[in-house]
Amino acid sequence: MKRRWTRRRITEDLMKAWMLSSFVIVAGCLGLILWTVVSRGLPALTWEMVSQTPKGGFYMGKEGGVLNAIIGSLYLASGGTFLALLISLPIALYLKTYLGKSNWGHYVRLSLDVLWGIPSIVYGAFGFILMLALGLRASLLAGIVVLGLIELPIMVRAMDEVIRRMPADLEHAALALGSTRLEVALNVVSRQMLPGIITAVLLAFGRGIGDAASVLFTAGYTDRIPTSLMQPTASLPLAVFFQLSTPYPAVQQRGYASAVILTIIVLLISLGSRWISARLNKYTIK
Amino acid sequence: MEAHIQVRNLNAYYGKTQALKNINIEIPRRQITVIMGPSGCGKTTLLKTFNRFLELNDGASVTGEVLVDEQDIYAKDVDVTEVRKRVGLLAQRPAPLPMSIYENVAYGLHIHQMRKGKLEYKEAVKHYLEVAGLWDEVKKRLHEPATGLSIGQQQRLCLARGLAIEPEIILGDEPTSALDPISSQHIEKKLLELKSQYTTVVVTHTLRQAKRLADYAIFMYLGEVVEAGPAHAIFTNPQQERTRAYLEGLF
Repeated sequence: MKRRWTRRRITEDLMKAWMLSSFVIVAGCLGLILWTVVSRGLPALTWEMVSQTPKGGFYMGKEGGVLNAIIGSLYLASGGTFLALLISLPIALYLKTYLGKSNWGHYVRLSLDVLWGIPSIVYGAFGFILMLALGLRASLLAGIVVLGLIELPIMVRAMDEVIRRMPADLEHAALALGSTRLEVALNVVSRQMLPGIITAVLLAFGRGIGDAASVLFTAGYTDRIPTSLMQPTASLPLAVFFQLSTPYPAVQQRGYASAVILTIIVLLISLGSRWISARLNKYTIK
Repeated sequence: MEAHIQVRNLNAYYGKTQALKNINIEIPRRQITVIMGPSGCGKTTLLKTFNRFLELNDGASVTGEVLVDEQDIYAKDVDVTEVRKRVGLLAQRPAPLPMSIYENVAYGLHIHQMRKGKLEYKEAVKHYLEVAGLWDEVKKRLHEPATGLSIGQQQRLCLARGLAIEPEIILGDEPTSALDPISSQHIEKKLLELKSQYTTVVVTHTLRQAKRLADYAIFMYLGEVVEAGPAHAIFTNPQQERTRAYLEGLF
């Protein structure tokens, strides 16, 4: 029963080595990115950075912070995610409940996959043209609409994958009690799949809050915190971009600090939604 | 005997495969009818035509009539949710809904708007949990997830949930096959207690269970009904050679 170097064993060892090195590469990249951002940004991450809007000369190294971009990004991403959720949940439930494995379902999924792959700058350009056609200026509203469009395919496809894994037994149990298909979707499918739906929303939110290209044209940039949907707004990804492209090392450092803030926001929201979904998870059938 | 369900010239197909061949039977009111036969004989398929569950399978189709109280449930103007409200199903494996124990029973009442106000719901839930013999075991944990129950308790919960919408007919698709012997006994006892109020149709592949439960028996083989009649007659004096062979355990 001695272990020998058979072909099967070599294959397994090779595959294992491949998987392990993939993991090391990914984990290493993530570690490096975090290290770069944190090590350069942390010295500039002061209370002033997160509690003040830019003062005169901020982009040349004078006083102020990026509160405008923090608030702007939260507005943009929450608005976009909410808008996308309003449209995505019915699409995902409709796909599951009424289209199923039909051809139509196939085409809808295909077009969503294509939409997912379109670069966000294209969405930005599209939003820009739409704005011009409607006679709007760069504004929080336009930014929210474009982010909503970007998040939509991600959210629907992520929800769809989760909802398709719904156990058929459960659906049948509800149908056997005389439920309509809609009642099954609303009372049983969405309840059972709630943790997965929250993950889908989170995924979309992450994409929304991190996107720079689409909001560049549509939401603009300003040093003030917007007080209405029609005003332009700053966002963290653009704050990072503008500060990193200045020639002043102090400002560049603030750019990294802004990136740290963005990362922390995403982290907090991930942890928060995980906590919520764990609590809502109580009744799901495993 | 008075027929509650009448099946006339019923054929069922999965795609091109014919699963039921020209079935003509009558199911007596307020008795337990047992459908038996070897695996793949079409007994579950026949049961699924009684609550229009067969149409949930992709590519399944049905021709012929199934009359419940003389009304064809496959007629065009029939509301399938009404059919399923009148014809309850106890599945092979219990499938509690992703809700609390209380909500599982209240769910059917709620969608059919059968009660008004919290108090009426509470009373109804208590009543049906008592009927299913589960109340004492769960009364202190009504708002806990239904998945916390043992599988036998879950099946009784499914019984309570099904009875709550006041069906006339209970279908059982091998309702004890996933349960331990004691839980199986519980379910069998309940079915016997309830038979004076409900028309019950149970599919089983255990002959002993068929003998314990049946007032009326149907033996199926290869998609056909070979023999149907009062249980006593079928078990003691089968008319068909194939029934005799099955009862003697030859297949």
